[in-house]
Amino acid sequence: MDLKIKNVHLFDPLNKIDEVGTLLIDKGKVIKGSESSARQEIDGKGLYLFPGFVDVHSHFREPGAEDAETIETGSKAAVKGGYTSVCVMPNTGPPIDNEGLVRFIKEKSEEVGLCRVFPIGTVTKGRKGKELSEMAHLYEAGCVAFSDDGDCVMNSSVMRNALEYSKLFNVPIIDHPEDVFLSNKGQMHEGSVSTELGFKGIPDISESTVVARDILLSKFTQGRIHLAHVSTADSVKLIKDWETDKVTSEVTPHHLLLSDDEIKDFDPNKKMKPPLRTRYDVEVMQKAVKDGLIEVVATDHAPHPDYKKELEFAEAAFGVTGLETSFAVLYTELVKKGKLTLGILIKALSSSPCNIFNLPLGEVKEGATADFTIVDLKGVWEVTTDVFASKAKNSPFLGRKLKGIVRYCIVDGRTIFKNGDFIS
Amino acid sequence: MGLDRKDLLGIQDLSIDEIEEILTTAEHMEEILTRPIKKAPTLRGITVANLFFEPSTRTLNSFTLAEKRLSADSINLSAASSSVLKGETLLDTAKNIQAMEVDVMVVRHSMPGSPHFLAKRLKASVINAGDGCHEHPTQALLDIMTIKKNFPSFKDLKIAIIGDIKHSRVSRSLILGLKKMGAKITLCAPPTLLPLWLEPFGVEFEYSLEKTLPGKDILYILRIQKERQEESFLPSLREYIKNYSLTYEKLRKFASKEVLIMHPGPINRGIEIESRIADSEYSLVLNQVTSGVAVRMSILYLLTQRKLYGSKD
Repeated sequence: MDLKIKNVHLFDPLNKIDEVGTLLIDKGKVIKGSESSARQEIDGKGLYLFPGFVDVHSHFREPGAEDAETIETGSKAAVKGGYTSVCVMPNTGPPIDNEGLVRFIKEKSEEVGLCRVFPIGTVTKGRKGKELSEMAHLYEAGCVAFSDDGDCVMNSSVMRNALEYSKLFNVPIIDHPEDVFLSNKGQMHEGSVSTELGFKGIPDISESTVVARDILLSKFTQGRIHLAHVSTADSVKLIKDWETDKVTSEVTPHHLLLSDDEIKDFDPNKKMKPPLRTRYDVEVMQKAVKDGLIEVVATDHAPHPDYKKELEFAEAAFGVTGLETSFAVLYTELVKKGKLTLGILIKALSSSPCNIFNLPLGEVKEGATADFTIVDLKGVWEVTTDVFASKAKNSPFLGRKLKGIVRYCIVDGRTIFKNGDFIS
Repeated sequence: MGLDRKDLLGIQDLSIDEIEEILTTAEHMEEILTRPIKKAPTLRGITVANLFFEPSTRTLNSFTLAEKRLSADSINLSAASSSVLKGETLLDTAKNIQAMEVDVMVVRHSMPGSPHFLAKRLKASVINAGDGCHEHPTQALLDIMTIKKNFPSFKDLKIAIIGDIKHSRVSRSLILGLKKMGAKITLCAPPTLLPLWLEPFGVEFEYSLEKTLPGKDILYILRIQKERQEESFLPSLREYIKNYSLTYEKLRKFASKEVLIMHPGPINRGIEIESRIADSEYSLVLNQVTSGVAVRMSILYLLTQRKLYGSKD
């Protein structure tokens, strides 16, 4: 037997496991059996063991912007935040629109040897929104979904064809819902705060009108759509009204916690797309996760170097980091404050994304693949610029004291992270 | 004497007492401007940099004159001649200027919050000379000073601001300032040039100019920028003129006889305002410009006293 984790609080809401016990792992799988000696043993006293977290929306920036992040630093950031799997977005330079680049990412991440990295391929060649990518080639090379993230597929006919064609593989098209004519040059959510600060706004209708379109296209084609970083109350209402298993969605930790009034200090680390919405939208997002309408919490981890962020607000790049703070900030601000149960949060971070993206992961039961995250829920840490494993420091949660320190990450039965050290 | 603050970034965070102090000091400064030798040694040895990243004639000249009248040393840096064009960041440009031992930076920038961004990261005092569509506090203060000279009190004074409210930093600062002083404000613009979210400002709005004009003490006309047509905020300038241009005829027909006209300049004659009104006895436009120098002298003086003699606490 390879690994024995004892005295740990096993927690898997999907399989209704919530008890202190021992977990035995051999050849990368959870096994049943006697508690005989193992080659490695972890004493999990006082710690929680969750299915390894899965992020379906990260930007590792490689190839093309290695000054912001690389597959190595992104993987470290992921693991530090408890993520054992990450789906990486294809808006790299060049974009991931051919199988050679998919293989590059897979090989590179295997070399790094930390979390699993699943490439997402582009919907259209060059992310230009015109011609479909060679989806079958991309799928066979290992893509788990398709997305032109960063840009919306504005041409509805192209989107229609993408939704139809992707039915060949039963994988979702991830759309970044943003009508670029409505959001044109906007800097923050359009509302009373943008009016006061004098910024050109990004109205919530720039998102919800495309969400409506995408839902109707999915209904028409019976193709699967996954709505990235939903942020507005109207988007949630549309998802609710048209509830169908072909449409799934995600929300980011920052849209679950922060609102546009936070921008009154012109902090460039609160600038992202979609923008921080109103307090009301934030409440609707929290309720949507609680009610299971939005199944997935995804980070939209968007690292940028300081020279693209430490600028006047309108010049600063869109995007914030998220992998390292995601669990702790949601646990501290939502679970500890009684707004969300630990079970729903863990599902949104593990089994739900696995279900949507066809990943055979995200469970703790016997026979399951041994990808786990072991967390000290009582541990307190402060988010400062020098704690990040990511190359970037553009977190909107800088300065916060958070509960929840990731102690171990286990991927395929192998300990890859132990008390702050990476073991590749 | 002096304001107990490092920077002057907006009307938003100024108290009524601070506004009063700036205005009172500005009245003293105005007296200097009427002397045959228009100079005081007050800021000798103080260095001011005027960082204008957006074209400006009036505000830049007004600040420069204010600095000279008080004997400060000043340098001007405009976007065209700066290293901004060579790819240097705003912060690096400002830090380089600060490294030359500059005490005050007057910043004009096309993006909201840029002076606030610099103020947080610099030791030098920062004065906002207009940041995008956000604020233009010195303009609002000179407007308030001009109004104060013509009316005994701000309480219940009825002021209409007419024109492109949505893209105007002048309107934001002016609304904040006049509300603090107790005036009643009506905004008048076509719906596309009026923000949808006016509630927090505590103002009324009216689409029709004819309905706006009656009973007002002051009509504050904003400049209409020709680009608004290209961005499809307006079908045509001609249509704007038809509905919103303040003509002598409309003025006589709808407005009160004692009404006064203000405009932050530069004026587009024949577009938002008819020449005949701009040059008439109703117009306070040139009085505003005179107040501008005095108000900026006052602000420069009040901000640097803290540096020269320490903060109040």
